[in-house]
Amino acid sequence: MTASATEDLLREFTPQVLGALVRRHGQFEGCEDAVQEAVLAATVQWPAEGVPNNPRGWLVTVASRRLIDQMRSDHARRERESATATEVAPEDVPDTDDTLVLLFLCCHPTLTAASQTALTLRAVGGLTTAEIARAFLVPEATMAARISRAKQRIKAAGSSFSLPDGAEREERLRVVLHVLYLIFNEGYTASSGSELYRADLAHEAIRLARMVHAQLPEDGEVTGLLALMLLTHARREERTTAIGDLVPLDEQDRTKWDRGLIDEGIELVKASLAGPALGPYQLQAAIAATHADAATAEETNWPQVHALYLILERIAPNPMITLNRAIALAETEGPEAGLALLSALDSDERVAGHHRLLSVRAHLLEKTGDTAGAYEHYRRAAKSTASIAEQRYLEARAGRVRT
Amino acid sequence: MKFLISLHINPAAMDTLSDEEKAAIGAGHGTFIEALKKSGELIITQALVDPSQAAVVSVRNGQPVVTDGPFLESKEYLGGFYLIDCENKERAIELALQIPDTAIEGLGVEVRQVMFAEGQLEA
Repeated sequence: MTASATEDLLREFTPQVLGALVRRHGQFEGCEDAVQEAVLAATVQWPAEGVPNNPRGWLVTVASRRLIDQMRSDHARRERESATATEVAPEDVPDTDDTLVLLFLCCHPTLTAASQTALTLRAVGGLTTAEIARAFLVPEATMAARISRAKQRIKAAGSSFSLPDGAEREERLRVVLHVLYLIFNEGYTASSGSELYRADLAHEAIRLARMVHAQLPEDGEVTGLLALMLLTHARREERTTAIGDLVPLDEQDRTKWDRGLIDEGIELVKASLAGPALGPYQLQAAIAATHADAATAEETNWPQVHALYLILERIAPNPMITLNRAIALAETEGPEAGLALLSALDSDERVAGHHRLLSVRAHLLEKTGDTAGAYEHYRRAAKSTASIAEQRYLEARAGRVRT
Repeated sequence: MKFLISLHINPAAMDTLSDEEKAAIGAGHGTFIEALKKSGELIITQALVDPSQAAVVSVRNGQPVVTDGPFLESKEYLGGFYLIDCENKERAIELALQIPDTAIEGLGVEVRQVMFAEGQLEA
């Protein structure tokens, strides 16, 4: 078995093994460390010696031994006497899938989003601390501290290893979905040196979203989020040129979009829209599906995009959505209508002076023929963004309207 | 999100501080560093030698020119920095406000987001 096949197998087993261990021993923090050690041991041993007959059982046994060694040494340190720790029989893992329980725990509301994403990638995604650190461009020690702090917080919060009920479950699931969305975006908006690792984050987010979808196929928002990721990911190759310049949606080569991902995404959108209630991810996925449906940018069903943004704005009011609706409105009713909608955002401090507002205004001014205004706004937008690719794009647009 | 918190120092203002006040600044930085390390938000922090020790380098007509620094004709100089990775700009500002320099006239603390990163961090 190759190293990468081993890695896939290990990532798949990680949440199952961790779930089994926590069910048996409690103490999530200690179990999580033990599983990480077992996974690292497997990474070394399996490619060299072959995958054991019962790989899950192997991982559970090795992780349990590590955990008990740790408990013994803690105990010895405390009491300075030999104690009888429970021996672990190398029995198989129960069939319960603890992925969801683990996700709820890792996305505990007392944690910051940065800690939720890091812990989720390690405990559920099976990534090593070094890999997570590399993906987020921070030193390993920084990431290790963040993960360890997150586990302390979960312990302090006294969380039980079970799925919450009713309204709390609903609320916590939204946090889980948001964390997966953040992981996806982190990978999708790769803006610096190591695009490769960050693109892996998008893959990882999709894999985790598929796991959640498999557990909760009836949940419209879970389906919607997975669809949104697939439809967005389908365009990844065409989003930038070979040298990393941004290509706007209307200039992308649509024949090179990933048809397989688009078809799967559209099917999921259809399935989710048939459900009883609509949520923000479903609507965003429906918008992405509308774009994916158009063979050329000119054929885009803008009235439908606008209508979807209007519903989205109603159920989840947010200036960024209004901003996007202005783009759709400009397509259906002309750039002046779009600009009029934007002027309502100038007094909203969440978005006033934001580079997205400046760049959308620049685009619409360009369409009205106000090249001086467009130039001014492209330049200001270029100064305001924190993305080099976006800055290059905006400066190029500024240069284009001036000549 | 990564932010650089730069610490600007006015040497003349520093000279007016008592030894106790200087020691308090040092201790404050120590506490701040420990907290940042524990929370997993510190990437690195470094302090620089006195600006009088700086060399200003340039190339004119293909020839290297090295003169005594500092380059900026200013009362304040960069004294050091914190490179942090945290949730958002609000958090970066909240952290920067814990730096003892913020309470002292003549010392400036500035927060700016990092736009590009390459090097050891992705090794």
